[in-house]
Amino acid sequence: MSDVYILGTDMIKFGRFPDKSVPQLGAQAALMALDDAGLTINDMQALYCGNLLQAGAMVGQRVLQQIGMTGIPVVNCSNACATGATAFREGWTAIKAGLYDLVLVVGVEQMGKAGLLGGAGGGDGIPTEGLLGSRTMPAVFAEAGMEHTRKYGTTFEQFAKISVKNHHHSTKNPKSMYRIETPLEQVMGAEMISYPNTKLMCSVNVDGAAAAVIASERKARELGMRRAVKVSASILTSDPYTERDLAMPDVNTCTRRAAAAAYEMAGLGAEDVDLVELHDCFATAEILHYENLGLCKDGEAGRLIDEKQTYLGGRIPVNVSGGLLSKGHPLGATGVANIYEVSTHLRGEAGERQVEGAKVGMTHVIGLGSACAIHLLEKVG
Amino acid sequence: MPETATASGGTPLPVVSFLKIPETGSPYLEGLRCDECKAVFLDERTTCSSCGTRDKLSALRLSDKGSLYVFSIVYRSFPGVKVPYISAIVDLEGGGTVKGNLVGIDPDPAKLKLGMAVRTIYEIAPTKDRAGNEYLTYYFTPQEA
Repeated sequence: MSDVYILGTDMIKFGRFPDKSVPQLGAQAALMALDDAGLTINDMQALYCGNLLQAGAMVGQRVLQQIGMTGIPVVNCSNACATGATAFREGWTAIKAGLYDLVLVVGVEQMGKAGLLGGAGGGDGIPTEGLLGSRTMPAVFAEAGMEHTRKYGTTFEQFAKISVKNHHHSTKNPKSMYRIETPLEQVMGAEMISYPNTKLMCSVNVDGAAAAVIASERKARELGMRRAVKVSASILTSDPYTERDLAMPDVNTCTRRAAAAAYEMAGLGAEDVDLVELHDCFATAEILHYENLGLCKDGEAGRLIDEKQTYLGGRIPVNVSGGLLSKGHPLGATGVANIYEVSTHLRGEAGERQVEGAKVGMTHVIGLGSACAIHLLEKVG
Repeated sequence: MPETATASGGTPLPVVSFLKIPETGSPYLEGLRCDECKAVFLDERTTCSSCGTRDKLSALRLSDKGSLYVFSIVYRSFPGVKVPYISAIVDLEGGGTVKGNLVGIDPDPAKLKLGMAVRTIYEIAPTKDRAGNEYLTYYFTPQEA
């Protein structure tokens, strides 16, 4: 089966664009990625479009209405926050199956001023949010972080250091929504949302879009591999049954399984990874994933952040883009934006935030409910 | 004594289907346990989603005693929800993990001990539905004397 290569990828700067529509934002990113590949919509044989909040509204087709109604197959994908990566993986799968040589992937979301996510529970009876605990995302991920506290004594301060790092990283990323340093006292002193997550420890709801042009090996060789990025692994898992998962979502087991499968598929190990863009939907989550992705041994995540090993310039840079915490988290776009970020470093084009000599990068997303998607990307040649 | 009568003396509705209000005796939480692998579920089902066994789920009355597995303290919520409150994940003795509010203790991380012993209590919920029905809900509270 053919390997799959990224020939073009880009993203719009994340922000708030109330005057634009979702298809307009998606179209913008699509054209940027096509330009980056030196190709046009007429060259694309299929479109995989990830969008969550308008999942029933044919966003992919409406993107084509903006940039070229070529009649190609369109699949609209949704998988909570793993939507964009799922769309990418579907495109990858179709190329590997030999159906296409060139596929366009778009991830787009417009969140406006969406506030608390999760916690909705309609139907009969009375609302149980706040009565039977909280199912909002900040609380769910706070509880997940507290499990790490229970096992290893991880502190509020250690979780807060994650935000300090990611906000610091974002000052070097022109595509990031926020680009402001946030010292530790400011992070810990910000409005508490759900202990231990303060407002600065929660991902930012923004509008955004990212896109990628992917190709079969044959097509990539024909068009030129100079800036091609190889997709060495594409893995998707759902949450397997674990004892507390149905009451307390388990984001660890699905990630561990996905990471093991990704390393196996690529023939690589965690030690080979030069940078990671992982799912820091909340500062508490990033700590868990250091261990889930094998970046350190179980119990060592606190030490990793204390010793700044995941800073740019450290042993294993994590979220040098600024992550979901600072760059922003437009739900359907994030999975593709991570792929753009890692690809940019592998191409040596990340400017001020470049991870020197990057050859292998990992992207990771979690969609609560749950889905975990991991990609391993490698520099070509 | 658990308060199970509504203000008007009628029977309240259970806030969730796994809260059982018997004709006589105290309310309790009930799960379904797989006869094969012993996994415990809180929703209605006929298949165990751990081992896949069909039609071998038996009702399990959950203990009113358990321990606090983890918590978060919620400060920001939707309109009408009183904050801060403690969102708790509780492991009940003998099986079952349930999410609920922890009450009867300050929502202060310094005062909350992971693993502390808690018990389940039942009270009329503070809100009614649109038809004016009252609901019985459960909370957790520290087991200390």
